Amino acid sequence: MVRKHLITRLRNLTRPASHLHSHCPNFLQTRRHFSDAPPPPASALPPPPPASNVHSKSSLNQTELNKFASIADTWWDAEGPFKPLHVMNPTRLAFIRSTLCRHFRKDPHCTRPFEGLKFVDVGCGGGILSEPLARMGATVTGIDAVEKNIKIAHLHAELDPITSSIDYCCTTAEKLVEEQRKFDAVIALEVIEHVAEPAEFCKSLSALTDSGGAILISTINRSMRAYATAIIMAEYVLHWLPKGTHEWSSFLTPEELVLILQRSSVSVQEMAGFVYNPLTGRWSLSDDIGVNFIAYGTKNNE
Amino acid sequence: MHPNWHIGLYVLVQGSSYPVQTVINLIFLLLSAHADMELAHKHGYHNDVPMHDIAIVGGGMVGMALACSLASMPLTKQLNVAIIDSNPALLNENSIKKEDPPDPRVSTVTPATIALFKDVGAWKYVEKHRHAYFDKMQVWDYTGLGYTRYNARDINKEVLGCVVENKVLHRSLLSCIQNAAFQQKIYSCRLSSMTLQPSSSSSPRGSSAKLELSDGNSLYAKLVVGADGSKSRVKELAGISTTGWKYSQNAIICTVEHMEESRCAWQRFLPNGPIALLPIGDRFSNIVWTMNPEESSDRKSMSEVDFLKEVNRALDNGYGPHPKSQLFGGSAAFSWLTIDKSLSANDCFEIPPKVTKLASDRMVFPLSLKHANSYALKRTVLIGDAAHTVHPLAGQGVNMGFGDAFCLAKVIAEGVAVGSDIGEVSLLRRYESERKPANMTMMAILDGFQKAYSVDFGPLNVLRAAAFQGAQYISPLKRTIISYASGEQRFPLFS
Repeated sequence: MVRKHLITRLRNLTRPASHLHSHCPNFLQTRRHFSDAPPPPASALPPPPPASNVHSKSSLNQTELNKFASIADTWWDAEGPFKPLHVMNPTRLAFIRSTLCRHFRKDPHCTRPFEGLKFVDVGCGGGILSEPLARMGATVTGIDAVEKNIKIAHLHAELDPITSSIDYCCTTAEKLVEEQRKFDAVIALEVIEHVAEPAEFCKSLSALTDSGGAILISTINRSMRAYATAIIMAEYVLHWLPKGTHEWSSFLTPEELVLILQRSSVSVQEMAGFVYNPLTGRWSLSDDIGVNFIAYGTKNNE
Repeated sequence: MHPNWHIGLYVLVQGSSYPVQTVINLIFLLLSAHADMELAHKHGYHNDVPMHDIAIVGGGMVGMALACSLASMPLTKQLNVAIIDSNPALLNENSIKKEDPPDPRVSTVTPATIALFKDVGAWKYVEKHRHAYFDKMQVWDYTGLGYTRYNARDINKEVLGCVVENKVLHRSLLSCIQNAAFQQKIYSCRLSSMTLQPSSSSSPRGSSAKLELSDGNSLYAKLVVGADGSKSRVKELAGISTTGWKYSQNAIICTVEHMEESRCAWQRFLPNGPIALLPIGDRFSNIVWTMNPEESSDRKSMSEVDFLKEVNRALDNGYGPHPKSQLFGGSAAFSWLTIDKSLSANDCFEIPPKVTKLASDRMVFPLSLKHANSYALKRTVLIGDAAHTVHPLAGQGVNMGFGDAFCLAKVIAEGVAVGSDIGEVSLLRRYESERKPANMTMMAILDGFQKAYSVDFGPLNVLRAAAFQGAQYISPLKRTIISYASGEQRFPLFS
C-alpha cells in the first residue's frame, strides 16, 4: 500500500520542478537557494520539462537547463542570483565535513581531512561545492548537464592551484554508471527535486558509490511549512518569486527519501535540517527537518 | 654574462685562428644563449613571486596577535603567512631589559584580552617581563561631587586588568610565534601598491591579490589584512572611507615614579580632559593626560619639577575639592539596592600616591576618532586601528584591536574548516558583523564620555556626579559597568 502510494508520489515528481531561481531576492533563501541550486544540478537527472516531461529517462529538463545556462556567468558572484547558495554553502559543508570525517575516520581538526578520497559532486553547477571539497583535500569530480556551468566551473577552478585539479565533466550520473565509475562519497545537493525519476536517480547514485562509501543528498521537504514559506509567502505574498516557481508536489519528504534510498541499498544514518535566521542572515544546522534537509547514508555492503 | 667576458672569449677564439665566420657565429650563439637565459631568468623570477595564504600588513601588536592566533589553532597553523612591516624589531632578537625604566607606551589589557593571550599561549611570555595587575580602580571628577571605586572582587575576579608596555606585548606575541611551528615570513619593507584582482583572470594566481613592496619585490596572497594603524595604507589602497573627527585635544604620555607600589588604577576627570595614573610595576606608573593643545605644549616644555607639581595637583585637589564619601546621604540612600554588602560601595575615597620623579620623556599625541565604513572587502580586511581609532580613555583601543584579531582568526578557521576561499567576502563579512557593532558601541561610549566631560556646566556637573553616585552605590549597575570595561560583555546595561 505504502509503496504504491509512494510510486504515485514519485510519478508526480516528474512534473516540472522549479522555475524559480532566476528572480528570487535574498530573503527567499529558504526556498530560493534551493531553487537556485537545483537547476544546475539537474545535470544528473533531468527533470522533465513542463511539456516534454515524460520522455527522456536520462532526461534533463530542458527548460531548467536553459534557465541555468542563462545565468551561469553569475555563479561566482557572491552578491548575484546565487547569493542564497553562497550564504548556505558553509552550513552544508559543515554537515558534510562532520559526517564524512566520522564516516572515513578522519581527524576533523586537520586542514585537509579528505586527502586521498574520491568524491563526485552531482549537479555541481559553477563548482561552489566542488571547490571547498577540493580544498578539504578530496579528489573531486564535478558533473553537470549544463555545458555552460561546466565551463564556468572549470574557468573558476583554474584560478587557484588547489582547485585546478578538479575534474569537471558535462555528463549525467547515469552515464558515469555506464562508465563504471566508483567514488568514496557521492554528493547531490538540491538536485533530486529537479529530477524526473528520483528513485532511478538514487539507484544511479548508489551505483556510483563504492561499497562502504557514503551518500549525501539535500532537498526540500514536502511539508505544509515548506508550502507556506516557499510557495505562499515567496510567490503569492511577498512576490519574491514568480508564481509557479516551485512545484510543491515534486518535493520529497524525509520518509520517502529514506525509503527510496533503502531500495537502492543505501541506509540513511543521519539527517539534519537547515534553518535560516533572518536577523543574522545566516543558516544553521538544526534537528528541524521541516523545510530544508540533508541526509547522509552509507552504501550497504553487497 | 658580462660584456667583457664576450670580448675575452672573442680574442681567445681569434687567437686560435678560427675562420672569422665561425667566430661571428659563435658570438651570435653566445649572445642568443644569453638572451634566452635572460628571458628564462625573467620568467623564472616571475614564477617565483611568492604565494601566501595571508599577508598581514603591519606587524604591530594587533597584526602579531592575529599571526599568533592563527599559529595556535590546528585548522589555521598550516597557513602560509607573510608579515609586511619595516620595523626592525621584528627581525632582531634583542630582549627587553627588565631594569630599564618602563616605556611610556603602555596598554591596559582587560581580563578578556588576558584570556585570549592565554588561549594562544602568549601570556606566559608577558609574565616574564614587567607587567602590573590592578585590582582596584578609582574614578572621580574635579567638581568633588562624586567618585566611584571599582574592585575586582565585585565581579568575583582576581584582577580588573593589567598594565603592560606595548613593546612587551609585541615581543611576547613574537616569541610565541617563533616557538610555534608556523610558516611565517617577514618582509622587512612597506607596502607600495596592491592589485586585488589581477587582470589575467586565467592565470593560476587569479584568485589572489598581488602586493608590490617598497623594495621592488612582490607577492601574492589570498587575503590581505590591514593591521597597519590609523593611517593604514591597505585601507587607502582598497579605497575604504572613514568617518570620524579630531578632538581638539592632545594626550601627554609619560612614565613617572613614586614612593610606593600601587595596585590601583586612577582616573580623574578635569575640566579639559581626564588624567589617568596606571601602575606599571616597581613603583612606576604611566600617565595619560588629556588636555587642550596649548596646555600640552606648555606642559611638554616646562621643567620636570613644574610638570610633576602639575601632575600632583591634577591628581589631588587642583581644580576642585576631594569628593566626600557621604554625599547625598551616602550609601544609605541607595542601600536598598546594595544587595551584596561585600561590594566596594563602602570603600572610601583615596588620594593617589604622590609622583616624585619623571622616568621618561613626555610624548604628545593628538586625539581623534575614526571608524572605517567597511571592515571587509573581497580579499581585504581591516583590523585594529586601521578599522577604528579611539580616544585612549580607559585603554580600550588596543583591546578592541585584539578582539578584532582573535575574531578574524576564528572566522578564518571556520572558513578553512568548510573549505572556503579565505579571501571570500561572504566569509570576511562574518568577522565584520561580529566586530563592527561591538566596536561601535565601545566607541560611542568613549565618545560620549569625552563629550560629557568636555563641558564645564553646572547642571551637567551635577548629572555626572549623580551618575558617579549611581555607579558607586547601585550594585547591579556597577557590576555591569565593570564587566563591560573588562571586555566580557557586549552591551552595557542590556545584558
